[in-house]
Amino acid sequence: MQKTLKKYFAFFVLPTLTAFAVAFIIPFVMGVYLSFTEFTTVADAKWVGFSNYIKAFRDNDDFINALWFTVKFTVVSVLLINIISFLIALLLTRKIKGTNIFRTIFFMPNLIGGIVLGYIWQLIINGVLLKFGVDITFDAKYGFWGLVILMNWQMIGYMMIIYIAGIQNLPGDVLEAARIDGASGIQTLFKVTIPLLMPSITICTFLTLTNSFKMFDQNLALTGGAPGKETQMLALDIYNTFYGRIGYEGVGQAKAVIFFILVAVIAGIQLLFTRSKEVEQ
Amino acid sequence: MTDTKKRPLLFLFLILLSIVFVAPVIIVLMNSFKGQFYISSSPFDFPDEKTFAGLVNYTNGIKKIKFFSAFFYSLIITVFSVAGILFFTSMTAWYITRCKNFITTILYYMFVFSMIVPFQMVMFTMSKIANTLRLDNPLGIIAIYIGFGSGLSIFMFSGFIKSIPLEIEEAATIDGCNPIQMFFQIILPILKPTAVTVAILNTMWIWNDYLLPYLVIGNKYKTIPIAVQYLQGGYGSRDMGALMAMLVLSIIPIIIFYLSCQKHIIKGVVSGSVKG
Repeated sequence: MQKTLKKYFAFFVLPTLTAFAVAFIIPFVMGVYLSFTEFTTVADAKWVGFSNYIKAFRDNDDFINALWFTVKFTVVSVLLINIISFLIALLLTRKIKGTNIFRTIFFMPNLIGGIVLGYIWQLIINGVLLKFGVDITFDAKYGFWGLVILMNWQMIGYMMIIYIAGIQNLPGDVLEAARIDGASGIQTLFKVTIPLLMPSITICTFLTLTNSFKMFDQNLALTGGAPGKETQMLALDIYNTFYGRIGYEGVGQAKAVIFFILVAVIAGIQLLFTRSKEVEQ
Repeated sequence: MTDTKKRPLLFLFLILLSIVFVAPVIIVLMNSFKGQFYISSSPFDFPDEKTFAGLVNYTNGIKKIKFFSAFFYSLIITVFSVAGILFFTSMTAWYITRCKNFITTILYYMFVFSMIVPFQMVMFTMSKIANTLRLDNPLGIIAIYIGFGSGLSIFMFSGFIKSIPLEIEEAATIDGCNPIQMFFQIILPILKPTAVTVAILNTMWIWNDYLLPYLVIGNKYKTIPIAVQYLQGGYGSRDMGALMAMLVLSIIPIIIFYLSCQKHIIKGVVSGSVKG
């Protein structure tokens, strides 16, 4: 079979591969190359070595600030989203009436796109802040917590569903044994349920981590980086470097490469770290 | 168990939480019927005789951003991209899983690798290439979505194909099936559950995607997210009324889609995340 199949490469693989090359492979390779050059239109690229990478950090503090802001945002969001969604999942797996309706409601915000979400929350947060005579662009603190609230609203339902699936697949006999041995509810939670749920926790941490770290649409719509550039996250800073200043395309591309490496490293470390804690079943 | 006594309280808590989850959408809906100058000043009040504006915001917004054309672009781009992704990536996934050699192994890892690369890494070069190749139209962007969506989709299809017993395909070969017949008559029907998951994940992504279509076709063709952002980012004072109305109109199709295939969506999201 393999031998006959081999001849059909053009039919089965070529269309996808062509699209993949145009949309990803070529842009990726060009992107890495262009980060070492100075250019405005791709065709006029001049090799400049690492100077774009140095400029990314030296020319102004935007990139460092965005990095710091993104890290703080990611840490706070990952913790809050996972704790809250895990608690809701525990509640919803207790055979309460209407579990399905609650699940449907909590998941709904996840389907709404980032731009629309941003404007919904801008209205509400500005409405609340109006009572204090300010708006979301008044202080970076408001923007930060606004983004955290928005991200929680969007992601809690999604993570909750993964935790519910995990909890429903827990082996009943183990929980039963813990109860017979006289373990309290809290003991069972920390000594049995959570260790057994490590696979779900890995997935949820990974998803919330990468989604928070790469966030763009919500950031653009909710604060647009204001006040100044104080609430600008990495993705938005890269975008503004590319399209905000002529002659800075190379620096933008260098920042994008750093961004990519950070995402790859985080994903790698995180997966290794939590995988090693998973309980063999 | 001791839980029984706490149940009514728990139930009440969940209802309160549901209200918190739905409230933002309701508040936007409420404001979409108010005159544009009453929105920012008192966003939490119900419309009354003085502030009620009927459907003015809707008619204004629809005219300003050409909502129906945006809806149409969003719809055709999403439907055809997802159809294309399903068709092409399932074929590719089957081939590279069944025909193991150096090239297909490299290809597989490249597809998986593309999943972790953030869009900003390729956005500039990709939109330049799309421009040069004249892919800056709704048809062209479908090709780009097929390329961009192939990573996750091939990863998911391959994972499932590995679990299909080879005997089925061996039997079909003996019966004289060529690979094309085999794929479309035997493999494709088996792939249906994974195809539903892949379709849902890609629909959610493409329908809501902002930056990619903005950079590739945003000048000439505006999808819904681009149109909403345009309403906000345009010069002059911002029309809060129109913005509220357009937010409502953008959410309605999503809610309809969600309520009509909720089970598939939740299942799809779970199996998608477990593999991703």
